[in-house]
Amino acid sequence: MERFLPTAQFQRLINLLRRDGYDCVGPRVRDGAIVYGPLERVEELPVGWHDEQRPGHYRLARGSGRRFFDWANGPEALKPLTFASREVLWTVVRDGQGSLRFCEEVPEVRPTAVIGVRACDIAAMHLQDQHFGYREYQDPYYNRRRRALFLVAVDCARPASTCFCHSTGDGPAAHAGFDIALTELDDGFIARARSERGRDLLAELPTTEVTPDHHAAAGAQHDAAVAAQTRRLAGRNLKASLFAHLDHPEWDAVAGRCLSCGNCTAVCPTCFCHSVGDTTELDGRRSTHHRQWDSCFSAGHSYMHSFVVRDQTVLRYRQWLTHKLGTWHDQYGRSGCVGCGRCLTWCPVGIDMVETANRICGGDGDAQP
Amino acid sequence: MRSHSLAQTQPNAYLPHEAEVVKFVQESKTIYTLYLRFTDPLVHANYMYDPGQFNMLYLHGVGEVPISIVSDPEHEDLLIHTINRVGRVTRGLAAVSEGQRLGVRGPYGRGWPLREAEGQDVVIVSGGLGCAPVVSVINYMIRRRERFGRFTIVQKVKHVDEFIWPERYERWQQVPDTTVLVAATQGAENWRWQVSPRIKVMEEVKVHTERTIAMICGPEGFMASAAEHLIGQGVPAASIYMSTERNMQCAVGHCGHCQFGPTFICKEGPVYAYPRIKPLLNIRGF
Repeated sequence: MERFLPTAQFQRLINLLRRDGYDCVGPRVRDGAIVYGPLERVEELPVGWHDEQRPGHYRLARGSGRRFFDWANGPEALKPLTFASREVLWTVVRDGQGSLRFCEEVPEVRPTAVIGVRACDIAAMHLQDQHFGYREYQDPYYNRRRRALFLVAVDCARPASTCFCHSTGDGPAAHAGFDIALTELDDGFIARARSERGRDLLAELPTTEVTPDHHAAAGAQHDAAVAAQTRRLAGRNLKASLFAHLDHPEWDAVAGRCLSCGNCTAVCPTCFCHSVGDTTELDGRRSTHHRQWDSCFSAGHSYMHSFVVRDQTVLRYRQWLTHKLGTWHDQYGRSGCVGCGRCLTWCPVGIDMVETANRICGGDGDAQP
Repeated sequence: MRSHSLAQTQPNAYLPHEAEVVKFVQESKTIYTLYLRFTDPLVHANYMYDPGQFNMLYLHGVGEVPISIVSDPEHEDLLIHTINRVGRVTRGLAAVSEGQRLGVRGPYGRGWPLREAEGQDVVIVSGGLGCAPVVSVINYMIRRRERFGRFTIVQKVKHVDEFIWPERYERWQQVPDTTVLVAATQGAENWRWQVSPRIKVMEEVKVHTERTIAMICGPEGFMASAAEHLIGQGVPAASIYMSTERNMQCAVGHCGHCQFGPTFICKEGPVYAYPRIKPLLNIRGF
């Protein structure tokens, strides 16, 4: 189902979602970046804003345009909405007799509609769904948040210089995994519904037919967004190539610059590593068992009772990249990279992961389109 | 042998069950054994596991730690864990007293290939405290001696202090068709077993048939050397299994710490067929 939603009616989408009980969340400008926040009025979206991104660089600038989504992406993907950066898993109370009573702390969540989701972030969420969602051990914390989401995707019309989702096959247009997807044009949106509830919602909106002009404009915009992406990984599956080059000098070169700070893994929409810890109250009776995002760039990540498996930055960087672009294929049937470019932008020393991977793989990347 | 335990079918895989320390045995200066029983009889009665699988043990206010199960699922009522006092949680567990309550969740991972081993000669090799996970396998097989061919049991330690349970090895020596080879790098007075460097003791392992299965546990370099030696003796690489170890925090394949190449050790391991992990074994940083 495909309809045209004029800009003047865009607010109605939020109104209907709120009427149906959803909290609306959308991209907003805060502290010089576009991040998710509560959304009631479309004017709160980053109207007219553009982002300029390159390795180690992110700046917002306001143009004269009236578009809502004329920027690429901010530091947050959907990840913080489904996989909380820190949360309590369970609590335990020890009574006077020494008995332990364990109590699960599954989060209370409200139905949440996210407006303005990028295709790369939906692809990343699918990977996290596989990881947490429905394999032999299901994660009730992730799943509860995930199931509460209603997703309104927006096709990317203005990729950043760091973007390479076309080469990973994940963008710039959204193709699956959303309830409604929007293609923003100058006077409104082409809206396509994917789910039943998306169709129901779209049917209630004051939309018009999509005209051939709309299609032509959308097509040209999509082609331009693809053409704007000059960065690309050497292939979709670099596993064999990366593991054939574990001694490549580029590993040391990149490790010489890498601060092992973990920014890349924090902004990566697919990174799932987390550490688990316990905090006991001062009375010694009640203790909470919690988890928080961890990074394979931290020393503790590979700690074993008597040693650290990856005690050098070069080993951590190699671990991260060979997993993300290599052995993810074995575990999840595809690469762990969706081409969002965040690990380039938010690296404080501007390491270009794509360039690094391509250097290491040389010409041997599997060059599937 | 395997059926679902309550712990696995309950919706929240992160939540431990309460268990009581029924018995505490100090095995050596740093090694001790906990005998546990779930306080809920229903949980206890339905708790099924295979030798080589592990549990997450939780010490109140300190945290969780993965520990392999050494009891025999068909012969022992209590859940038995032999632990080396090396980290924060294992130091805390070393101080528990009988009657104290812990949290336990599991079992996790894949254990030893005991079905595959039936009808074959079996070589069991362990290095250092690697003996704890394989002792359960040895006990399991000795109790079902007729199902297996020739046994060879190799235990290699650096220092004689690391050798625990001498009486078991002495007893196993008496089992028909069983060769027991124990060696230390450095001997000591009253050391009645061999003194030999590295894996030299492996040279005494006689492989009689291709239908030989090997199970190895110990430091990675040790396991790789032992495996290569056995392959040289004619044991098929695919019949060599080894137990691996990495940082583990969730035990259900979510936290990422035990990721080893294409696998999570907590789910696909800790016991792997050698060819599966050979490419990354002994490569620094993986």
